[in-house]
Amino acid sequence: MIPGPFSYHRPASLADAVKLLADLGDDARPLAGGHSLVPMMKLRLATPAHLVDLHDVADLKGIRGYGDTVVIGAMTTQHELLASGEIRQTLPILQEAAALIADPQVRYCGTIGGNVANGDPGNDMPALMMVLGANFRLNGPGGERDVPANEFYQGAYFTALEPGEILTSISIPVPPAGHGYAYEKLKRKVGDYATAAAAVVLTMAGGKVATCAIGLTNLHETPLLATDAANAVIGTSLDAATLKKAAAAAEAIMAPAADARGPVEYRKHVGGIMVMRALQRAAGGTA
Amino acid sequence: MAKTHVTMKVNGAEVEGLVEPRTLLVHFIRENLQLTGTHVGCETTHCGACTVDLDGMSVKSCTVFAVQANGSEIITVEGMANPDGTLSALQEGFRMMHGLQCGFCTPGMIMRAHRLLQENSSPTEQDIRMGMSGNLCRCTGYQNIVRAIQYAAAKLNNVEFKEAAE
Repeated sequence: MIPGPFSYHRPASLADAVKLLADLGDDARPLAGGHSLVPMMKLRLATPAHLVDLHDVADLKGIRGYGDTVVIGAMTTQHELLASGEIRQTLPILQEAAALIADPQVRYCGTIGGNVANGDPGNDMPALMMVLGANFRLNGPGGERDVPANEFYQGAYFTALEPGEILTSISIPVPPAGHGYAYEKLKRKVGDYATAAAAVVLTMAGGKVATCAIGLTNLHETPLLATDAANAVIGTSLDAATLKKAAAAAEAIMAPAADARGPVEYRKHVGGIMVMRALQRAAGGTA
Repeated sequence: MAKTHVTMKVNGAEVEGLVEPRTLLVHFIRENLQLTGTHVGCETTHCGACTVDLDGMSVKSCTVFAVQANGSEIITVEGMANPDGTLSALQEGFRMMHGLQCGFCTPGMIMRAHRLLQENSSPTEQDIRMGMSGNLCRCTGYQNIVRAIQYAAAKLNNVEFKEAAE
């Protein structure tokens, strides 16, 4: 369980980090919290020749609220998200999900940037980013650009990041006050990735669903936005028949892998149940 | 592979060493510093036996490179006793409440519980169970570990430790 040899770099600025990654090319990996990468290196499933540690890059840190938008630095840890008053007030669903990621020790290290940019279908934050309509700011040899979360995920571990590019911050529009939210995650034990999980953000008006977005975790090689399922509940009071319809519409786009978490049929089935539970709990929490 | 010079403050003492970048913090602590209280359990970031306090965070030292901890302040279980050598409230709690059997997980349990009580001085049983969820124990069934931490919290808060009704 000893990783292969590598050279360690610790740039002090974003420009230095980007230049290092560009110069070192495919042999280099950025190091954020390291709790996905280091275990892979210990198994020798990842053998980067260079690690570029981003911890000293001040530009990648911090949570800033701008009224209708919250900007979260990529190196913000899950622990910092959980402790943030700004996030508690404006984006409570992020705290609900962060508390379900791994365990306390891992959350002190694991970053939101690593979670969303790694492209691991098991990561929890990507589906939330899609539901919330987040934008990712990327920086690389070609300069700075913004990519919507909905266009970022292309396959397992395959994202819109170009070689040498890193995610620097995430910009999230603040949902309306009184919105309902829920992240329902089925997992075998603390620390496990989701067998299936569903994120819901919705608003209600006069007892009926006015707006709704549904995201799915670990039910496809990328996170999914279940648009048909969300459309099926708009204008309804989430009666039993509607919930079933939404679950069926969500299941129709799921294509999970069969693994130790269960066969495909099981994971789709519980995926539908997560959608129904998340919808009900989100609606119950609206103001 | 060229070695890197690192310095850290460990249990209040300045230490230094030469490490390969791939040296894990737990190996630096155990082998270079000869502080073998920090245990290597699963080596896969699951069990928490290697938990140490790094700049006010509980981390699994099998999943951090020693070079990442360069310049940081670390507490290991060897740094937990009171300055006069008597047991700290947490150590006393584990002893009095039988919070260990084989003892292998105990250094990690104590280091994690230490940070938990720093952040939440009066945790509920649920807070303790969630806060300790990154540490595995195969002996106790956790009941007495929870009691040990409740005992320590009570002692640190200068209140009498009361067992919850069964």
